[in-house]
Amino acid sequence: MAECVRLDSSTSSHTMDKSITLPPDEIFRNLENAKRFAIDIGGSLTKLAYYSTVQHKVAKVRSFDHNTKEAASDKLYEISVQEEVTARLHFIKFENAYIETCLDFIKDHLVNTDTKVIKATGGGAHKFKELIERKLGLNVDKEDEMTCLIKGCNFVLKNIPHEAFVYAKHADSEFRFQTTYPEIFPYLLVNIGSGVSIVKVESEDKFERIGGSSIGGGTFWGLGALLTKTKRFDELLQLASRGQHTNVDMLVKDIYGGSYGSLGLTGDLIASSFGKSATADKEFSKEDMAKSLLHMISNDIGQLACLYAKLHNLSRVYFGGFFIRGHPVTMHTITYSINFFTKGEVQALFLRHEGYLGAIGAFLKGAEEDNPNQYSWGENYAGSSGLMSVSPDMNPMQRARSGTFDMLEMDRLERQLVNLPLLQDASSYIPDTVDLTEDALAREYWLYCFEDALDGVVKRAVASQPDMPEAAERAEKFRHKYRHKLQTLRHQPFAYGSLTVRSLLDTREHCLNEFNFPDPYSKIKQRENDGALKYYQKAVKSLDELSWEERQFALVRGVLAGNVFDWGAKAVSDVLESDPEFGFEQAKRQLEERPWLIDSYDQWFERLKGPPHKCALFFVDNSGVDIILGVMPFVRELLSRGTEVVLASNSGPALNDVTNGELQILTERIAAMDSVIQAGLREDRLTLVQSGSSSPCLDLSRLDKVLANVVRERKTDLVIIEGMGRAIHTNYYAMLSCESLKMAVIKNSWLADRLGGKLFSVVFKYEVPPGKPSQNSVAGMPS
Amino acid sequence: MRLISEKKPAFPWFGMDIGGTLVKLVYFEPVDITAEEEQEEVENLKSIRRYLTSNVAYGKTGVRDVHLELRNLTMCGRTGNLHFIRFPTQAMPRFIQMGRDKNFSSLHTTLCATGGGAYKFENDFRTMADLELLKLDELDCLIRGLLFVDRVSFNGHPECYYFQNPSDTQSCVKKPCTLDNPFPMLLVNIGSGVSILAVYSENNYKRVTGTSLGGGTFLGLCCLLTGCETFEEALEMASKGDSTNVDKLVKDIYGGDYERFGLQGSAVASSFGHMMSKEKRDSISKEDLARATLVTITNNIGSIARMCAVNEKIERVVFVGNFLRINTVSTKLLAYAMDFWSKGQLRALFLEHEGYFGAVGALMELLKTTEDP
Repeated sequence: MAECVRLDSSTSSHTMDKSITLPPDEIFRNLENAKRFAIDIGGSLTKLAYYSTVQHKVAKVRSFDHNTKEAASDKLYEISVQEEVTARLHFIKFENAYIETCLDFIKDHLVNTDTKVIKATGGGAHKFKELIERKLGLNVDKEDEMTCLIKGCNFVLKNIPHEAFVYAKHADSEFRFQTTYPEIFPYLLVNIGSGVSIVKVESEDKFERIGGSSIGGGTFWGLGALLTKTKRFDELLQLASRGQHTNVDMLVKDIYGGSYGSLGLTGDLIASSFGKSATADKEFSKEDMAKSLLHMISNDIGQLACLYAKLHNLSRVYFGGFFIRGHPVTMHTITYSINFFTKGEVQALFLRHEGYLGAIGAFLKGAEEDNPNQYSWGENYAGSSGLMSVSPDMNPMQRARSGTFDMLEMDRLERQLVNLPLLQDASSYIPDTVDLTEDALAREYWLYCFEDALDGVVKRAVASQPDMPEAAERAEKFRHKYRHKLQTLRHQPFAYGSLTVRSLLDTREHCLNEFNFPDPYSKIKQRENDGALKYYQKAVKSLDELSWEERQFALVRGVLAGNVFDWGAKAVSDVLESDPEFGFEQAKRQLEERPWLIDSYDQWFERLKGPPHKCALFFVDNSGVDIILGVMPFVRELLSRGTEVVLASNSGPALNDVTNGELQILTERIAAMDSVIQAGLREDRLTLVQSGSSSPCLDLSRLDKVLANVVRERKTDLVIIEGMGRAIHTNYYAMLSCESLKMAVIKNSWLADRLGGKLFSVVFKYEVPPGKPSQNSVAGMPS
Repeated sequence: MRLISEKKPAFPWFGMDIGGTLVKLVYFEPVDITAEEEQEEVENLKSIRRYLTSNVAYGKTGVRDVHLELRNLTMCGRTGNLHFIRFPTQAMPRFIQMGRDKNFSSLHTTLCATGGGAYKFENDFRTMADLELLKLDELDCLIRGLLFVDRVSFNGHPECYYFQNPSDTQSCVKKPCTLDNPFPMLLVNIGSGVSILAVYSENNYKRVTGTSLGGGTFLGLCCLLTGCETFEEALEMASKGDSTNVDKLVKDIYGGDYERFGLQGSAVASSFGHMMSKEKRDSISKEDLARATLVTITNNIGSIARMCAVNEKIERVVFVGNFLRINTVSTKLLAYAMDFWSKGQLRALFLEHEGYFGAVGALMELLKTTEDP
């Protein structure tokens, strides 16, 4: 039934498709909470969108009430797993052939009866209207196709980093992802469906169809089917990719015998598409004709797009529509055409979630009362298929069964995410230090590394839920899912945008959450926090006994030694697991002696002799020794100097990183033993804020809006970033507009090797932005 | 008298434009030959003249477009008739062979040639027929020839025409016009492929762009789709077909107009779009396919031309090239497309001698440069 993709034969053709078995519970997830349906029916693919609320477990920490006697436990705080409800957007793409089966499945599983309406868009919407209304009992409410497309496009450009990419067939990495522009408008959207629409988008609500063409995907398909007797669009593309267009096209050299020099037209240029086929006495191969057709159509569209881009003076041109939809062949020919006609002035841009734009837009139209545009959304790597998941060109074997279903899930983030106001240039900021999409060696290493660590993660996940017997089973599901993701990324490193250590870590967190392991390290963190707290006063006392100079150095060493305690790093988690007594002092001995690998301690020390900073923003890392014995004494010293401190910690758990919830409790406990911290809190000179992130890494372009406001209000003039995830895997090269301090211990021998150091090498990077002389010219010792 | 004649190039006077599909040949037949000249004239030359002027078809594929003949034309001080002859580029080897058989090289004439074939076949002319070509740039020749023919007029009638009421098939009529003050003009030359030129004066022009979707594409696709063999056959079929059986219209997708964007239901949304469906593929005729191919190619050229006109800020768009020969479907469609999409701002102009201007331009070069030996 490969032919069932036709619109106009809908009634006759999909009765047989019931025989196709789906694993629909893995595809149409959370239907029991689903509401606000939207559907986009194209010529061959249907995209369904809905909104669900996801109940999932979150680990909460709660301080024991220490005034009451019942707090018999010697534990510092109580960990409880609670159910939390968050909003999620589901987008599912499948072939039109499955539409009836899918509608039946939805009807059978839909619980929520408040839903009365389904928003619909796409050329096929009116043809399937009756079927949808009958099957689902919902009223089909049609939305304008182009409006939906644009709304969807704006949404993904705003919410998904690395949404847009440039395609370069012969480069090391075919996909070069673009950093998100803070300002996405204006742009040109060239939608290549059956025909072509060219739309200029100037703002969220202002757009205009400035042109179009009837020569589009339908022409390729229709004409291709006539010429080659090949019925399917993908098969036509496959034919084309094997063909030689020069057998069918008349080239400049066929007319001139060479190039047309005076016009700069090279001999290989196509002078007349199909120019050689105007003869009755020759047979042409299907492949060659398909290739010629592909070139003809791609060049034509590229040319028109360029003419419109030039007329409207636009340089950002996104291409979409089923003709493009993840097909390397067409992305290549369109890119080639754009380069040819604009001589490189305009880049052809493509979108990872291009196929979903209409469905997203229709959904947004229907969800206006929920104000989805008011929130920030994040791509859920666990629930999303990734680019090329079903591309026939990449993976012809996967076409069967569920392989034809592609999914995108987006989680509503509980806060709006914005740029750190202290970035020197937000538009050129790239959080990640190494792009693994481009660096094959690094990619191989890290993929291996994450795969290798998987056993340990599974073990820890199970151990974190000792009283839940099915935890082992869930952990196995997690293992399966994450391993599958790693395998996908090995073949398609571009699946979720640029592959980075951060994205690998985030994917793991998403997968853990997916199987209700919200915080595998909660117990470990608790134990370590407990242990470290007991040592706090002693540590502070010994620091206070040092001279000012000695103390400054000891504080830095303390932060660094604390940072050795990291379960996220393989080298350390081995040691930690074999020797739980691994102590703070031992860690200090482990540290590299000065001069460190990166060592600007002298400049930092000189700076400390100058006037205090107004306010320091400290992005903290791990629980336990790190935060309590390393960071807190350092913070204490800053407070004593008269510097306000903003401690930024993760909103949600990631590895053994200290979360905002935990840090609240820890800080209260420390305040109870330490008058400096106590005064800081009381006088509001020490503030705890959430970063907005649940990642072991740090993206300074996606931070909690509250944090950004605090940073602005307090006139922050120092940013401290601690740890390998935040200061080396990310932000190593981040340029800030104020002084910054990046501190980390390299706990991975491969990375150490790469940076020219060794295991436990120290990075201490103090930077003053150009044009802002450090203020150490002001002499004088602090009291 | 001899002095004057010595400055003129020796007969025969030819201009040739060797394109990707067709060779266009113009031949100047002097009608003011004096008795003295007649006596001196070699037999060879006479036979060529007789052969060309007494026939309207040459070999299997050569054709003289008698209706285009320019009579009593004065060129270079001589009076005569200008003949317009065409044959397929595929027949070029036979043509060169004939040049050798007729001992053309003994005539001491210069063969002025333009088009890509002037380069491609230069060596063949030299080695096979001992003929040296004077190669000329095709766009230079095109513009020069076009301006000349327009200037001398078509036997007293204007060379140029347009369509009045292009948007209404009932009242759409061809109207002659003059090309006074032709500059600037956007010149769209539709041969096998398409070149689009912005012309500011006889010697000042630029090639704005081009497209490979041209006459060659129409014929090539028609041959593949319908099994036809000639342009005439293809056009004949196209004239009987209905492209809406093949193309998907806006109303086929939206059930009517797409009002949000002001697109009429009758506009083509997707050329060949219906052909995605097997039933439709099985139900259409060859004529429908030929028509759809013609409409697709024509509309596309119109669309690109219009964008160029807007980008170059030129209101006069002149369409030439052999694709337009006996092709009123395309000329009317272009006229309509220009008018409709520009809301009357642009006017499409056409010329009676469609594809021959390059050859005429080549001939003019002969008359300008050659000297009697």
